[in-house]
Amino acid sequence: MINVNLIKNIRLLIIFMNCFISKMKPDISTHIGPIFIDNPTILASGILGISINIFNRIYSSGAGAVVTKSISMLPSSGYDGPSLFSVGGDGWLNAIGLSNPGIDNFSKMLRQNKKIPIIVSLVGSTDIDFITMVKKLQNSKILAYELNLSCPHVDKVGLDVGDDPELVYNIVKKIKSATQTPIIAKVGLGSTNYLDTIHAACDGGVDAITAINTLRAMAIDIDAMKPILGNKIGGLSGRPIKTIAIRCVYEISSKYNIPIIGCGGIFDWSDAVEFILAGASAVQIGSVINNKWMQIFSDINQGLTNYMSQKNFANIGEMVGISKKF
Amino acid sequence: MVKWLGSLRNFNKPYLCKIEKIIDETPTVRTLIFSDSIMSNSRPGQFAMVWIPGINELPMSIMISTKKNQAAFTVRKHGVNSTALYNMKLGQYIGVRGPYGNNFNIKPGKLLLVGGGTGLVPLIRLLKFIKTSHNITLIIGAKTKNEVIFEDLANSLLQHNQHSIITTTMDGTYGCKGLVTHIVADLLHETTFDAIYTCGPELMMFNVIKMALSKQIFVQASIERIMKCGIGICGSCSMNENIVCKDGTVFDGSYLLENNEFGYMYRNKSGSIENYTSKV
Repeated sequence: MINVNLIKNIRLLIIFMNCFISKMKPDISTHIGPIFIDNPTILASGILGISINIFNRIYSSGAGAVVTKSISMLPSSGYDGPSLFSVGGDGWLNAIGLSNPGIDNFSKMLRQNKKIPIIVSLVGSTDIDFITMVKKLQNSKILAYELNLSCPHVDKVGLDVGDDPELVYNIVKKIKSATQTPIIAKVGLGSTNYLDTIHAACDGGVDAITAINTLRAMAIDIDAMKPILGNKIGGLSGRPIKTIAIRCVYEISSKYNIPIIGCGGIFDWSDAVEFILAGASAVQIGSVINNKWMQIFSDINQGLTNYMSQKNFANIGEMVGISKKF
Repeated sequence: MVKWLGSLRNFNKPYLCKIEKIIDETPTVRTLIFSDSIMSNSRPGQFAMVWIPGINELPMSIMISTKKNQAAFTVRKHGVNSTALYNMKLGQYIGVRGPYGNNFNIKPGKLLLVGGGTGLVPLIRLLKFIKTSHNITLIIGAKTKNEVIFEDLANSLLQHNQHSIITTTMDGTYGCKGLVTHIVADLLHETTFDAIYTCGPELMMFNVIKMALSKQIFVQASIERIMKCGIGICGSCSMNENIVCKDGTVFDGSYLLENNEFGYMYRNKSGSIENYTSKV
């Protein structure tokens, strides 16, 4: 009898402790539609994402998921340099030119993946490009596909595709019918209204939106009197684009019922919080990697956890888009 | 002064420097000298991204100049871009950003420096950082007599040190005949060192490291990979889990030998893996 009571008391104590612990430590895992990750920090596409060993290092450093470089049908060497430099104020200009080893080399390497939540970024010009690549990856462990509809500096792909809502609709719809793996569309600000691209992607059945990509930009050296980037025009990333990205996330989440991954100028946990309050379910990290290296993922997660404790949020879902309520 | 300059300058943006002097080292190798106190104070093993305006940008190990506040790049013409840099004229401008990367950890005592071709550049810079108490043996490797570089410069840099400079050419037209690794093997048979530093062709470094570690000697190598951004963003220079521009370029030999890409394979500009054709 004493033993039964003792066991009951211990169980009650454990339940109480669990409640207490869960109250103390908020849950930073997040759902992005059908995609579930342990924490909301994701390595952005184009940054470091070239090999399983690097993915593993970034995942082990605390990222919730990693997005690969944008993979194309054929290998691409990218542009001549300079392909990346600072414009000051934690802003960066780049035109790497979507260098990548091509789908055949990449899919072979990706078959080694056992445990890393990898989102494969794909870039192409037509629905056939995308479908072909998805089929070649069907035996790999992949968390989701992210369609690059927004690279601002390579002809006939990226923004050139994203600026054509009908093409976007076709691509998304056909991929959706070819795979069970969730599809994310990464959008940017091109020459048409980006909301039309999102509308088309949603109609096609996309599972989530990543917003935004870099913004088309350039810089000229006044002594050399030449554009600095090898490709002359590239994409602006980093702190200067954050407020634009926040506006986009807020706008998308106000108009569409679609999960969003925020991207653009996230340098610390407070930036991540701002994106979540604007409507993002997760965030992508890029330019800041240069400053804070791989420590940035666990730093953001720690800061986010502290913020949630202070504000009494039990999970990310409670925070997503609540700034719209005020 | 350097600190003051540093506060004004954006290290991550190309900074234009005028070429003030050109030294023809060999028929295919030139040293381009320019004034820049920040590059001049870079540490051995560090590199800069060098912009040839309108052409391309290349990662280059930072060479010393004998004059204060000057630095240099030593370039061998072998491709379109290195040839464009090689062909730059006096008074023309190059853009530099950096310096980037880590540096050799210089141990006290008796040091062996093993360099092949333009891989000697960081080792020559290392000589600027040694103390008079250091005992230095420098091996200069080249294919043939007219490709031997930096022998006189090294002699003058080492005039206050106990030192020995061994030159070897593959065809035996100057100095010893054969690979630098043969010289290293002979030296390690006769004597020992407190540390070995190497830079040059990867397979040469691979073998130097193996020999050093077989004798339990501390060894470091400066690694070359394709670099586009130089700051740990683009991933072009990845070697297993390492990003050479950010984690390196200098790595401990013991770490490198555990790395199944070092000495075996590298990534081309697209990031595809290519194998070294054979292992020496």
